[in-house]
Parts: sequence; C-alpha cells; structure tokens
Amino acid sequence: MNVVVCVKQIPDPAVPGELDPATSTLKREGKLILDESDSYGVEMALQLVDAAGGGEVALVSMAPNSETSGLRTALAMGAARAVLVSDPVLAGSDALGTAKVLAKAVERAGLPDLVLAATESSDGYTGTTPEQLAALLGLPSITFAKKVEVADGKVRVERQTEAGYDEVECALPALVTVTAGVVEPRYPSFKGIMAAKSKPVDEVAVADLGLDAASVGQAGARQEIVSVAAAEARQAGEIIEDDGEAYLKVVAFLEQLKVI
Amino acid sequence: MSVSTIWVYAESADGAPTSSTLELLTKARSLGGTVEAFTTAADAAAIAPALGAHGATKVYAAGPLGDVLPGAPAAAAIAALVEAGNGPDLLLFATSYEGRDTMARLSAALDRPVLTNNVEVALDGDSVAVTTPIFGGNTLVTTRFTGPGPYLASFRPKSFAAEESGGGAPEVVTVAVPDTGAAGATTVLARHVEERSGPKLDEAAVVVSGGRGLGEAGKFDLVEQLATLLKGAPGASRAIVDAGWVPYAYQVGQTGKVVKPNVYIAAGISGATQHMVGMKGSKNIIAINKDAEAPIFSVADLGIVGDVHKVLPKLIEALQAKG
Repeated sequence: MNVVVCVKQIPDPAVPGELDPATSTLKREGKLILDESDSYGVEMALQLVDAAGGGEVALVSMAPNSETSGLRTALAMGAARAVLVSDPVLAGSDALGTAKVLAKAVERAGLPDLVLAATESSDGYTGTTPEQLAALLGLPSITFAKKVEVADGKVRVERQTEAGYDEVECALPALVTVTAGVVEPRYPSFKGIMAAKSKPVDEVAVADLGLDAASVGQAGARQEIVSVAAAEARQAGEIIEDDGEAYLKVVAFLEQLKVI
Repeated sequence: MSVSTIWVYAESADGAPTSSTLELLTKARSLGGTVEAFTTAADAAAIAPALGAHGATKVYAAGPLGDVLPGAPAAAAIAALVEAGNGPDLLLFATSYEGRDTMARLSAALDRPVLTNNVEVALDGDSVAVTTPIFGGNTLVTTRFTGPGPYLASFRPKSFAAEESGGGAPEVVTVAVPDTGAAGATTVLARHVEERSGPKLDEAAVVVSGGRGLGEAGKFDLVEQLATLLKGAPGASRAIVDAGWVPYAYQVGQTGKVVKPNVYIAAGISGATQHMVGMKGSKNIIAINKDAEAPIFSVADLGIVGDVHKVLPKLIEALQAKG
C-alpha cells in the first residue's frame, strides 16, 4: 500500500509570528520546521504501510525557497522519498493555489492508495487545502479523522463531529485528514536522521508540473489585503498569589457577578 | 459585478438550524440585497420557517442525501446552480465540519478562492471584504476578493448575534444533485453521540475548563464538580482532549467550540493561542495556574497563581457550604 502525505514546513510556532509590513504576508525567514500537525499524518502513514505489509510513504510539499529541513524530519521518521515543489512564483499562494500545486505533486509522486494531510496547518489554519486537493484529484475524502483503518480496499475512519464521532467509510484511493492525537508520532532515531540525508527529494518548479504560473502564487490568489490593525486588547485584571485563601477571592468575584 | 444575492449555507442538527446558520442569516440581512439559503438537511421543510424568520426568502434544498458525507454532493449541486446562472454573488459558510468540506469542494469546482475563519464581512464597492483575527486574535487582517464571484467565505461561530427578522416562511425549492461518482461515495456507517448533561458548552452562562495542569485524567472530576455547582458546562483545552482525558465535544478553541459565557474559569490551562481564540470573547475570565508567566493571565480579570489541586477543592467546598 502506498501513501502520500502532504507536509508543510512552517516557521517555528514557538517564535511569535510577524507580518512583513510591505506585503502583509507572514514573515517566513529563518529555519522552517515540520508542522507538528503533519507529524501525525506521517506517523499514521508509516503505521498503515507497516500493517499492510508492503508499500511506501512518500511526501509532497511546497516551499518558495528550496527549504527541506522540515521534510528531512519526516524522512527521518521513515518516509521513503519526497516531491518538493519550490519556485519563487509560489510566494503568496492561497489555499486553492496550494491545492493545485499539491495535486500535480501527488500525481508526480505516483497516485497512491491514500493521501493523508492534517486537518489544518498550524500557521495558516485555513483548513480547506486538503479538501480542495481531493476535489482536484477527483478523490473521495474524509476530514477530521481521529482513527483510521484500511482493509479490503476501503478506508474506515472515526470522524469527529459536533456531537461525538461518526464511522465513515469509502473506497480507495481516497484522501483523509487526521487530527492531532490520532497516533503518537515517533521521534526520528539517529539512524533515521542519518538515512534521511540520502533519501531522494525530487525538487521541481511550477513549470515542470505543467501548471500555469498565473494560476498559483500571489497572481492566482485573487485577493488583496486592505488593512492590518491591532485588535482591541483585553486588559489583564487582578493577579494574586495563592496563600491558601485565594479561593475566597474567586467566591467574592462570583458573588459580585451574581453567579452565586 | 455587484453583490446583490447572498446565500447562507444552512446546516441543521436535531431538526433545527444550527445557531451559526442563524447568525450568518442575520449578518447577511444587514448587507442588503436578497438573502437566500442552501441546505442538504433531510428536513428542509421543517427548518425552513426558522430560516425565514431570520431573513431567508428562499431555501434551495438538495436533501435528503442519505448516509453520505454532504460536502461533495452539496458542492456539486451549488456549482450546477452557479453555472446555470442561478447562484449567489456571495456565499457564507460557518467554520464547521460540513461548512469547511463543502466550501473547499465548491472552491475547486468553480475555481474561486476562499477566505476562511473570518469574524466580520462588509461590502466594498462591487467586492466583499472580510476580517480575520490572526496571532491568537491580537491582529485583525481585512482582505478583499479581487477576482470574479461568487465569493466564498467562512465565519467563526458567534461572530454575529442571531436576531429574527420577522420574515415569513420562505419558498422551498428542491434542486438536483449531480452524480459525483467515486468522489462523493463516502458512507456514514454509524453515528456516535457523546452524552453530556447540563447546559450545552457553547450556550452555558458559566464554563469551567480544565487543562494539562490538572495532571491526570481523574482530576477532571474537579472541573465537572465546579461546573455543576455553578450550573455551567465543563470544557477542556486541546492538550487534554488530544491526550484522551475527555471527549472532543469538550474542546474549547480554534478547532473546538467558541464560547462567550458570562464567566469562564480556566483551571490549569496555560493559554495557548489555540485555546485563547476559543474563549477570549468571554465576559469575565478567571484563571488558576501555577505558572505566573502563563499567557492566560494576560486576559484574566482575576488571576490566581496557584495549584489547581489546592484551589479547586477549597472553592468547591465553599460553594457547597453556601448551598
């Protein structure tokens, strides 16, 4: 069984985000890392291929400047190879533009039995790219998976809902988006990290994919930022150290609000 | 192109429109023009009066769809209406499971961009501008669509208040669902409802949420006890939902429920961006956390730097004593 996982390399979320004042887009300087949300998809894919007893996990990713540090993490976890679409024209791509690029990248990687992605990225959190990708590839899709099993040419998913979860099934090939916590991602071993250095990364430009450059990147996004403003800040109130009696402050506050 | 017809993607649960649907209809009305709804609900005729009471003059019904996920067939049905010249200029979706799936599929089918996670929408000449909070809600970005419509945008729950328009029952128009082939062949085999008692999390006047600071799953009991005493609902941070301590239905945050109660009590929650986005709109916030540097204190009206295992039992005891 072959699985392709969509992975995104993002600025470290531990570092506060900043907008470029000239373009109002997120600053993406410095080293990029594998989006933690995607580590669940990579782990899930590795486990599914193991369970199937054969096949491989390939990665697809898009980056404006040949960045591979995040991809290497996923390769070190055990993915076999990657297709990286890297091209300056990709800067400013929106969700649909990204999906167009990833669709071509998945085809280049070799249409798999299953495409896995995170429900949303940790930096842009648009949450629509995977479903757009499924539509472009003509695949059925199940989003928000908290459990994934493959058997008899079908994928069966426990999908989160407002009220609980649904059991949903569809035939392969299909696309599934996984939530954080679907599996526990492994840490890359030293051996894995060393092996990842020599695993193939097929770096391609937009033109190599037969895509019209005007349909992706800033040109294809068909939107413009009108303004960026600071939101009205919430003022911090009273902060006290608990001396064993702090609960009385809470009681008094609740009384004042007439909650009790 | 002018924006004269606005559709709301109407979702329902338990035979009634969701609160997000009614919020979007109310907002759509304020933009002027014709407000209509599209739904895949099995019970379109049953929910139509409530949609009409909030401003929809017509309801396009593509249901019932049976046991398939609605995203692909709904998008195909809307795309067919748009291509036939009977579509809207602007289509508003809730940031929900079904809303996200349908909007994304439709975006690909029509080759139109989407703007997601918004909290505001306004007409900007012949175009539409929407506002999205980023960086945990500290910065607001307003973006305008520049290409041709229809424009597709999704909104966070509780971005707008739902108000009735006094409108009558709308006309219900049944629309065809094109064959979506393999892409639409997803079967829902079973539905599981995670039962919980007390008020609904997103409607409760008081919400008590627990996080990683509780230390272990068993300690969530303290959060539930306190919520019960305050006639509120228990909630949770993503960290303990991911850890499997409580069901997903408890999650407050960007990918969980957005809550705006009168009082929000955060117990053992540090205040990750993901969580803050879901609770920052609360009227009054009380935070209890060991770490004085926790970001949650920057939004708290009352912050207690202390151990939840010491503060919560005493608080529960004091409230019990008050009867």
